[in-house]
Amino acid sequence: MNGILFAVALVAGIGLLIGLILSIASILMAVPKDEKAEKILEALPGANCGACGFSGCSGYADALAKGKAEVGLCAPGGLACVTEISAILGVETGSIEKKVAAVHCMGSLDNTSYLAEYNGIKSCAAALRIGGGLTACSYGCMGLGDCEAVCPYDAIHVCNGVAVVDNDKCKACAMCVKECPRHIISIVPYKNSAVVRCSNKDKGAVTRKVCSAGCIGCKKCEKNCPVNAIKVTDFCASIDPSLCTGCGVCADNCPQHCISYLSPY
Amino acid sequence: MLIKSLIAVFLAAILTENYVLSKFLGICPFLGVSKKLNTAVGMSVAVTFVMVLATAVTFPIYMYILVPSGMEYLQTVLFILIIAGLVQLVEIVLKKYIPALYKSLGIYLPLITTNCAVLGVTMLVLQKVGPDYTYIHALVNAFGAGIGFLVAMVMFAGVRGRLENADIPKSLKGLPITLVAASLTSLSFLGFAGFVEKLIPLS
Repeated sequence: MNGILFAVALVAGIGLLIGLILSIASILMAVPKDEKAEKILEALPGANCGACGFSGCSGYADALAKGKAEVGLCAPGGLACVTEISAILGVETGSIEKKVAAVHCMGSLDNTSYLAEYNGIKSCAAALRIGGGLTACSYGCMGLGDCEAVCPYDAIHVCNGVAVVDNDKCKACAMCVKECPRHIISIVPYKNSAVVRCSNKDKGAVTRKVCSAGCIGCKKCEKNCPVNAIKVTDFCASIDPSLCTGCGVCADNCPQHCISYLSPY
Repeated sequence: MLIKSLIAVFLAAILTENYVLSKFLGICPFLGVSKKLNTAVGMSVAVTFVMVLATAVTFPIYMYILVPSGMEYLQTVLFILIIAGLVQLVEIVLKKYIPALYKSLGIYLPLITTNCAVLGVTMLVLQKVGPDYTYIHALVNAFGAGIGFLVAMVMFAGVRGRLENADIPKSLKGLPITLVAASLTSLSFLGFAGFVEKLIPLS
């Protein structure tokens, strides 16, 4: 009888002791919760995509509550999310600039070709391990649809051998940007933005051999751009979206027609 | 001699007596959190931390309270209670003083509360206690067990990374192939049997 009493007393005693220590600790070391941050976290879509540049939604909510971040950074949330957060923070509703993913390749089956017939696993990452990919151009889209598989909004599809973004559906979450093993997708502003549809860094003559729509690094766009937004490095043009005004000069002058506009200018 | 035996205990805990791959404890986090390398490492660090801490507390309680009063059979109940309380306390302390570490371990700490690998480390070590196996040995064993968990997790995260790009039959996709891979990984650790005894002969 004494044994069972002692056992009960022992377990209860240690349990009580731990409970006591825990409750004291939780009072002494309480961390004040930021109500604003919690409300903002609820307003955010909770996709944890990282498109805002913070470590997930909670990181962005914390930064917003402390006033260290701007309101319009959440791309998947869109305008509704911005309005809600602005109301919580008590700031004026800012406008959100629509951004979309852009594939820097026009290597459709009409413009370029495959090196060999591929019957393996339908994944660009897997195909890339076999002799460095199967497209003639070693920079271009392989068209096996890793981006298509990862897109949560059904906004990117492989059409005729090259990935194409549906600008209406795209929320600029950058999942495809991270997934693409050839790193040919980037996030660009939707309005007033020209996009170079090529990533080939070989010399012009080499590029011409593998693709009829590749950037040959002729620098015509760089010379013609009125705002100096285009730079040609490694025989491939790149456009600084913060400078681009969307005038259209580069797209009109490109001999390879590999610069295009996301929205009509 | 002490250092030699400590090294033997440490190596044994990692290789021959690996708690995941040889004793099959803590399979749940092993299968659940090994999808990505960084989460696998985060979980393992948290487990190592809790293992050492739990052993540090439960060992004296067993030796100086349970054994003298003949209440050894209470160890399972008491150890779970103590480990759960300890993890909660660690969580509170980390949240207050090291928020960065709390954020990186945050999700894993509550998961560990009832991790059977932690309970296993604290309980199985009691069977070895003797004149040659003291408190320090138990602590080193706990640390080694944590590192062994890390090794298993990192290895398996690598294996699973390869599986992602493999052409797996439809019926085996997902958990089935993961279990097959886990059993093969575990089998490979059988190769370490007798390794530590040969390497560091104690007597």
